[in-house]
Amino acid sequence: MSTFAIVFYTLMIAASCLAAYYHRREAFLVLFSLTLASFLMGLLGGESWLRTVAIAIGLFFACAGLAYSFREFLAQTLPRETAKIMRNAPLTASFGLFVILVYVVAAVFAPVIAPHGEAEVIGSSYAPPDENMLLGGDQLGRDMFSRIIYGARNTVGIALLTTALAFLVGSLTGLMAATLGGWVDQTCGRVVDTLMAIPQLVFALLLLTIVGTNVVNLILVIALLYSPLVFRLARAVAGNIVVMDYIEAARLRGEKTWYLIISEILPNATAPLVAEFGLRFCFVFLAISALSFLGLGIQPPTADWGSMVRENATLISFGEVTPLIPAAAIALLTVAVNFVVDWMLHLSSGLKE
Amino acid sequence: MTDQKSSLLKIRGLRIEGRADEKWFEIVHGVDLDLRRGEVMGLIGESGAGKSTIGLAAMGFTRDGCRISAGSIEFDGMELTSSPEEDLRMLRGARIAYVAQSAAASFNPAHKLIDQHTAAPVQHKIRTRRESEEDAMELYRRLRLPHPEEIGFRYPHQVSGGQLQRAMTAMAMSCRPDLIIFDEPTTALDVTTQIEVLAAIRDIVDQFDTAALYITHDLAVVAQMADRIKVLLKGDEVEEADTRSMLASPKEDYTKSLWAVRSFQRQQKPPAGAGETPVISVSGVSAAYGPVKVLDDVSFDIHRGRTVAVVGESGSGKSTAARCITGLLPPTGGDIRHNGQVLPASFKERSKDQLRQAQMIYQMADTALNPKKRIGEIIGRPVAFYRGLRGADLKKRVDELLDQIELEPSQFFHRVPSELSGGQKQRIGIARALAAEPEFIICDEVTSALDQLVAEGILKLLDRLQEDLNLAYMFITHDLATVRAIADEVVVMKEGKVVEAGPKDEMFRPPHHEYTDLLLSSVPEMDPDWLDGLLERRGVDNIGEAARK
Repeated sequence: MSTFAIVFYTLMIAASCLAAYYHRREAFLVLFSLTLASFLMGLLGGESWLRTVAIAIGLFFACAGLAYSFREFLAQTLPRETAKIMRNAPLTASFGLFVILVYVVAAVFAPVIAPHGEAEVIGSSYAPPDENMLLGGDQLGRDMFSRIIYGARNTVGIALLTTALAFLVGSLTGLMAATLGGWVDQTCGRVVDTLMAIPQLVFALLLLTIVGTNVVNLILVIALLYSPLVFRLARAVAGNIVVMDYIEAARLRGEKTWYLIISEILPNATAPLVAEFGLRFCFVFLAISALSFLGLGIQPPTADWGSMVRENATLISFGEVTPLIPAAAIALLTVAVNFVVDWMLHLSSGLKE
Repeated sequence: MTDQKSSLLKIRGLRIEGRADEKWFEIVHGVDLDLRRGEVMGLIGESGAGKSTIGLAAMGFTRDGCRISAGSIEFDGMELTSSPEEDLRMLRGARIAYVAQSAAASFNPAHKLIDQHTAAPVQHKIRTRRESEEDAMELYRRLRLPHPEEIGFRYPHQVSGGQLQRAMTAMAMSCRPDLIIFDEPTTALDVTTQIEVLAAIRDIVDQFDTAALYITHDLAVVAQMADRIKVLLKGDEVEEADTRSMLASPKEDYTKSLWAVRSFQRQQKPPAGAGETPVISVSGVSAAYGPVKVLDDVSFDIHRGRTVAVVGESGSGKSTAARCITGLLPPTGGDIRHNGQVLPASFKERSKDQLRQAQMIYQMADTALNPKKRIGEIIGRPVAFYRGLRGADLKKRVDELLDQIELEPSQFFHRVPSELSGGQKQRIGIARALAAEPEFIICDEVTSALDQLVAEGILKLLDRLQEDLNLAYMFITHDLATVRAIADEVVVMKEGKVVEAGPKDEMFRPPHHEYTDLLLSSVPEMDPDWLDGLLERRGVDNIGEAARK
């Protein structure tokens, strides 16, 4: 048995014992099951597997540590009210927030961070990683790393705009339908039913073929397709609020519908709508990537994670990970957003612990 | 009176803690309780006094997020706090039974009554299914339920609330327990139905010599039911005594204050002059929800500075009358006049000023205040909306209003409703109505969700505001004690019709209309012999019929 294996197992067992001694139940369970798993891995795959496991565990703890310190950082720097909420946030939430922050920074400062231009050809196609091109080249010899950075700007930016638009349209009509009721409600409801009856991707392909593929059309079409879902949620949430006595009191005061929606209903519907926003954002994001993959989304040479996967897909057969990098970027953001959304749902449900 | 009987339940130094914000708070601070076989003890107190918590603890049970931290609960020689869950399960249902406040919420709507009734005896292997069914019919008969042979085969939604509450009592009796815990069994019922249930419960407890803990906040009810009364306040015992001596001479100040609540009563004001135009005049109003007619030719007047109490059981149309006046439900016939002028039927067609003149205060302050708004905004909005005040003027007016409802402006201006107590929330509801500077306010059961002491404070406040501002009130209630306290005129409603109307003093003096008489005589009094006397007068056997008439 090599020194590495001995040191590794000793550390793991010591950590488990410490966790058990200090009654950290969850930490102990995680640590000890990792120890057991690495026993198995060591037996099956020898030291090379063990190293992989060690790296994975290291990464996991690095992420956890990062999330922990980021949470502390926020709790120290934010104003008191928000800091209190942050201090009680789970680690997953602060990890999600951190990842989202990194993406936002990458998107905003893309030209400063990226070493090369978005469409600049600087090497041979599929060039291996070197000092100049950190992640290698793509099929035309453009810098993969720079394109990932620019992709954050395009993909995330467009997804954000689309979701915001879908929410603006969907929640306003939804709240309106619930508040006014009667034929407004019926009309909106039937239009939404019609929109939802057609499979989304097929409908998107159809519409994009009709109106032509450019960024504005892409945003409008996807926003149109996603607003019915928001409409339904907003209407359901507002439906429970409009029957409250304070809404009746406001109506009897002679308030206008607009005031009712914005000032009395919306504040009470914010929590579920925000949670839904995060969730929907992921779906829109994936929908854009899917459309790009099919060639109807964001057009080349604009960098976009979805189309980057497609363009480099052939490399998979040579055992290269390059096409997986933009896919990983998508996956990481989706996971991060979901972590934050889970946390928000928990907050909005009003549960204390 | 039952000294020779052996002790059944013995609680010593019981402490119970509840969890909130990741800390444990003590909610019951060391209560002792003794109950002998066949004895009925009344537990009484405001909400938050810990009476339900103690009631459940008598079964060795605590709600989620609560735990028994100290003390002993001994039931027939068996220590419940240290017994394994398995033993407690054998006990519950078989030897200790529980009757909840809302029978409608406690029965499973998907099963017939008798299926739920027989579950416990069969489970505990006390009776076979067939024996248990026969026994159920016998119990239904004793509880004077109509058609005892077939009522058990109905689903819970097919019987009335009072019948359901009796069926639940029968279910609790199904294993002939030694102890039954009644947790506010009649609070959700109308006065006339309450009588039936009270009489039935008392008889059956008597017949089987069952011990009972009777939990309620209504003194007059507990006076009928209990042999002894224990008064609780915020998890502490205040005092305990025999019902009669407790009623005759309460010792502690808190008990006296509970007793005194019902004594608040203001003088009836002289009727308005014949020539005076009423603020609100309802004449010949009919209304319907779809094809169902709920109001039939209802007429009454409300004069400036006077209070008209509209009373009736649930479903009598008293709240619907209010919805017609506010314009939420346009009437199908008749009209509503404000100072002699006919108001448009729907509130949407009324002018801002017409809307301002009629304000409403709601029963549930929780749903009447927007939980996301600060008190300053809630009260400030009508001021800004109707009078157009802004900035410092607005703040000054809101402060005035908060002063008027006896809340310190600097403390409450920036709070949100969830940080207020029930009584304070109701006061904010009043302030919001006052902010519009109306002539007329509809009070829809404003005190029925509140404890007696708090409710009295609200009534006094409303009375003072009426003096100061010459307001007209329409007071919707089913509680005749409230009517007696605050009304000038009374309108009695039944099934959408006005049965009787007149000045309060006349209404409370015989002769009455038959239905008014039934309502009045059904209000429990603080006399332990009242129920017996009433049943005797009405004739025990036809009590159910009398109530249905």
